[in-house]
Parts: sequence; structure tokens; C-alpha cells
Amino acid sequence: MKNVLILGATSDIAKAIAHQLARENVNLILAGRNENELNRIAADLQVRYKGNYYPKVFKPTEYEKHNDFFRETVKLLGRLDGVILCYGYLGDQKIAEQDNSMAREIIEINYLSCVSILHVAATYFENLRAGFICAISSVAGDRGRQSNYIYGSAKGALSLFLQGLRNRLSKLGVKVITVKPGFVDTKMTFGHKGMFLVAKPDKVAKDIISAIKKGKPILYTPFFWKWIMLIIKLIPEKIFMRLSL
Amino acid sequence: MHNILLPAKKLSGWGRYPVEECFIAKPSTVMDVQMLLKKNKEIKNWIVYGLGRSYGDTPLNKNGGVIIFTKWNHFISFDVQSGILECEAGVSFNEILDIVVPRGYFLPVTPGTKFVTVGGAIANDVHGKNHHVDGTFSEFVKDFTLLTASGEIVRCSRSENSELFWATIGGLGLTGIILTVRFQLIPIETTYIDVHYQRAKNLDEALLLFNQSDEKYQYSVAWIDCLAKGSSLGRCVLMRGNHAKLEQVDLKQRKMQTQNKNKISIPFDFPSFALNSFSIKAFNAIYYNIHPKNEKKIVDYEKFFYPLDSILHWNRMYGKRGFIQYQVVFPLESCQAGLTKMLERLSESKRSSFLAVLKSSGDENQGLLSFPKRGFTLALDIPYDDSLFDFLKSLDELVISYGGRVYLAKDSTLSPEHFKVMYPKVNEFRRIKEKIDPNHLFSSSMARRLGILED
Repeated sequence: MKNVLILGATSDIAKAIAHQLARENVNLILAGRNENELNRIAADLQVRYKGNYYPKVFKPTEYEKHNDFFRETVKLLGRLDGVILCYGYLGDQKIAEQDNSMAREIIEINYLSCVSILHVAATYFENLRAGFICAISSVAGDRGRQSNYIYGSAKGALSLFLQGLRNRLSKLGVKVITVKPGFVDTKMTFGHKGMFLVAKPDKVAKDIISAIKKGKPILYTPFFWKWIMLIIKLIPEKIFMRLSL
Repeated sequence: MHNILLPAKKLSGWGRYPVEECFIAKPSTVMDVQMLLKKNKEIKNWIVYGLGRSYGDTPLNKNGGVIIFTKWNHFISFDVQSGILECEAGVSFNEILDIVVPRGYFLPVTPGTKFVTVGGAIANDVHGKNHHVDGTFSEFVKDFTLLTASGEIVRCSRSENSELFWATIGGLGLTGIILTVRFQLIPIETTYIDVHYQRAKNLDEALLLFNQSDEKYQYSVAWIDCLAKGSSLGRCVLMRGNHAKLEQVDLKQRKMQTQNKNKISIPFDFPSFALNSFSIKAFNAIYYNIHPKNEKKIVDYEKFFYPLDSILHWNRMYGKRGFIQYQVVFPLESCQAGLTKMLERLSESKRSSFLAVLKSSGDENQGLLSFPKRGFTLALDIPYDDSLFDFLKSLDELVISYGGRVYLAKDSTLSPEHFKVMYPKVNEFRRIKEKIDPNHLFSSSMARRLGILED
């Protein structure tokens, strides 16, 4: 792994991934919406580590620009070994139930935009017959729950998309990794009630990098979420529908 | 917009006294902070909390807002030619050492822990073992930017907004939020310190040694046995040294790398009887006697500067009730009498200090609430008990009668009357505060306890 593109580079998990990869001398493209933040993160990495770190503006829902964005990214580094998609948008479930524009925004960012940019990446790696695509989905996509089923359904769709993509690309030497984090202590979750077993971004980042290296198809992080979600998935719908989860 | 404010939570400093309910926010950008200050009408005032190494209520704000600003920890630039580093105020000394030591540089001034932020180092105008020759950390600060109560970002240096610069140096976070800092590092040839250990039989001998030869050492400090009495009152082990030169170390010691050793952690609170006057007396006697009378040694910087950092959560040794750090400075002309009186009081009251440190202090700077002034400083850790406050009050009076003062970064008990006498420049501080923050958007439990903002 020499050159990696991080989409949503200002998220706390992405920052932790960037530090750990930079420490291993990986060059990075840090892509995201907030240019000031990207510059700030790139300058910090440049002082701390020895590789090259390029900030690059990327807006998930500007679909028509995805092709150009990706081409320029490859040009900056010469070649790309992998993409890690870290952005996500929790939105507000309660508002989304009343206001379809909120529901739509959650689905666009968490699902439709990922399909678009990851398909561009898929074509590149398919031709290269190497590389990896790693995307952060969520345990929320494993079963629909009343508290966040808009976000959950978008993440669930993303997980299915990645599964199909993996099926398509694995024969061509391209690894596709689906990451399903549980609760992580980040900006996205700060101050939310009812969180338990909260993991640190550093720990999650470490798991993600290790899964990429091993080519592990589906990663639950921390690992026990695999068992928690297994149990949640096993609850019969007749019972599950009465629970308030 | 992400949620950036939490409901009230208990918070304390490193001494674990006092513990207070504060509303905590963890912003990661300046925009987050600006929104926070503007939009939260129900929270009237704010103070910044870094890594929580000040001991008392300096970074606490009872029923008010506390901005934990450790996510504001990005480096901005590092010029390897000139050794000038620019970074955000939440960067820790630990992170700085990781970056600069391999490139042949060192912190110009460091306190006894590397788990402090650059912002905290300025707000408390921290000093280190080289204060007698180099002054405080702020001596090396070229300039910084400050987010003020009006929401503006102001650049401050000795020539630009100098009034605000000197109010912010040692200003306990009350002038605004320090955002970015540019400061000078010092070059080093090795990561080792050439240390000279010397025992001094009593305080007089220690002061004599300090006065005779302190300029020969960039770093100078003494561990002092507070329980020794009579003719041994104030017996010390002096530890003084300089950065080792290349030819002073072995070939294998020449690699410039940080010395992060495996750390042990105190996993739980010790029962409060674990550190009592007996165990402390035993420790002190052993500590004094294991040190040779006179010896030179090459010691790695980690061991020399940060002996306690290798034990994470060492404050748990004092049990749940915590302890109080008490540091004072006596001016040169009265230090011998003042220190003697103080050691006698400690020894009489059987109040033991596990770790007591004596050090020569250099000239006072222009920081309005800055602590050090020429003379000697003594730092103590005293386990908490119910009669401690009365005892400390009597010490405060003693300190004042000898023209000394206590270090606010470690204080949690001083009274406003005593504070005023110890820090006469507070009136000037108030004048600047009124100009820059008339509504007291930045305030803290300490500021209210000591009446720093208004008489």
C-alpha cells in the first residue's frame, strides 16, 4: 500500500486512519467538503510524517464531477492502491419522518453518492486488476429499527451494494471491504444518549487497516458487534416489531 | 450540525480537588467554538480545559461551560532550519517531542510532565528546571492568535497587541481562547542529560550550592526531604545538568529518538492510608540515602524531566480524596528565613510531602499574573484531610510575610485577600480584561474564588 484516497477525510475515524497510514509512509489524498479543514489536516500530517498529503475538495452529491475528481486524484499520486470511504451523515430520524427532504439527504449521502464514486473507483481498479475499496457502513444497516431506520436503510443498501461489488471484483484481484462499526466516540455521536460499549476512533482505525491488509470482506469493529448483531438479527420479526430499539 | 454540548458533568483537575459540575463541549474547529460562544444563551461563561494537569480549579467552571479543546491539536509548520514551530494550542508537549527530537530539537522549557498543551503552558506561564537561566515558556513564544470575547481573532506578540500578550501569558485562559502559537525550539546534540547529583546536609548547604554554581547548569532542581528536622532540616539531593554533547555519549546512544518506554498505570485509587506520614518518612529517608554524595551520570531526558510520566494516573496514589499541590516562591533576600520557617511548620505539623522540590528561580517577566520571580521555589504534594485548609491558610500568611506568592496553576485554596497581595499586577489585568471582555464571557471557578475579574 503506497497511495490511498480517503473520502470524508475530516471525520474522526478518517483522521485516525490517516495518521496510522501516514506513519507507515503511505501517501494520502484527503478528500472532503470542508476545504479549510482539509488544509489543516494535511498541514498537520506534513509536519508529523514524511509522505505526501494532498487536500482535495470532494462533494458527495455533485455526481457529475465524480469522474473528473477521480482522474485528478490518480494524476496527483500517479497510481492509486485503494480508496477508503469514511463519510456519512446521521441526519435526524424524527425530522426525516415528517420531511422527505431530510430523508432524501440521508439516503443520497449515505448511499447514492457512494454508488457513484465507488463505481468510478471500481472501473479504475478493475482495469488495474489490483487495489482495494473499503467503505464504512454501519451496524445500523443490519436490521431496521424505529430510532434510525432512514440512516439504517441507506447503510443497509450500502452494505448490499458492497457485497455485490465484491462478488464482481474479487475474481479480478480487487478487494472490497465492508466496515460495520458499532458506537464510536466521534463528532457524529458526541452527546447522543443511550450509547454503550463506545470505541475510540484509533481502535476502529487500527481494525480497518488490518482488515484491508488481510482482505477481510466484512469487518465488525470492535469485534463483539458481530455477535451483538447476530443476536439482534435472530430475534423473530413478530417479537422485534414490538420492541422499542 | 453535530451536537457539541453535553449535559453537566463532574470535572476536576489533576489534584482531584475540587470536583465540580460543568457543561462540557468538545469542539474541533474554530467555527464550532464561535457558534458555541454565540448560540448558547443559557451558558453565560466559558473556560478552556486542556489535558487537565493544572491541579485545582484553574480550568473548572462550576455550572458554566468548559471547552475541552484537545481536538484542536494540529501542527501548522515546522522550520527545521530555524527551529520555529507553529501549532494549534491543543498540541501536547508529548506530541511535540515526538516530532522534534528526531530532528535534533527540544522543548525550550518543560514542566515536570509532558502531558500539557501549548495553550495551557502559556495560560499558566509554566516554568521548568531551567528557569534560573532561561525563564518561562513564554520567553520562547514569538506570537500567538487569540479568539476574544467579541469573536475576533487577534494576533499578539511583544510588539503587536503587547498589552494583551502579557495579560494572556499566565492569564489563566481569562483573556480569550489561545488558538495558534509560534515558538522557538532549542537544538540538542543528544537525547541525554549530563547530570550532577549532590547531597546537601541541610537547607543552608543546599542554598549555598545553588548560589555558588547554578549558572554552570542549564537545568537545576533539588528533591527535598520535608520531614527531616533539626540540623538536617531541608536536606536535599541536588540534580543539576546540561544537555549531553555528542562526544559524551556512547555510539548506541547517539540515535535521536524519543524515549517512550512502556508505561505502568495505577489502575485504581489507593486506599487513603497508603500514603501516611510513616510511609512517606520511610520513602524520604531511603530516597536521600540511595543517592550518592557526589556523582555525575548520563541520564536520558525522559527520566530526568518526566520521572512521574512513566506512571500513568499517579495521582491515584493519593486515594479518592486526592491531594493538594502547594508551590510557593520566596524572593532572594528572604528565602533562607522563609524556607526555614516553612519547613519547620511542615515538620512540626507532621504533614508529609511525598514529593517536594526546591529550585532556584530567575527573574520575573512582564506576565501580569505570572508566578516566578527571582529567589527560590518550593513545591509540595500534601494528602488531603479536613484540617488542611486551615494549615494552608497559615502557610499563605507566612508566605506573604516573607514577600512570596503561591503558584496559581497548583492552587485550589487561596483567599482573594491573599491573592491580591501576592499578585499586585491584578489591577492592570482587570483593566485589560474590562476592555477585551467586559461581560466576562471567559471566567472560571478560580477567577471567581480569587476575585481575579473584580474586587
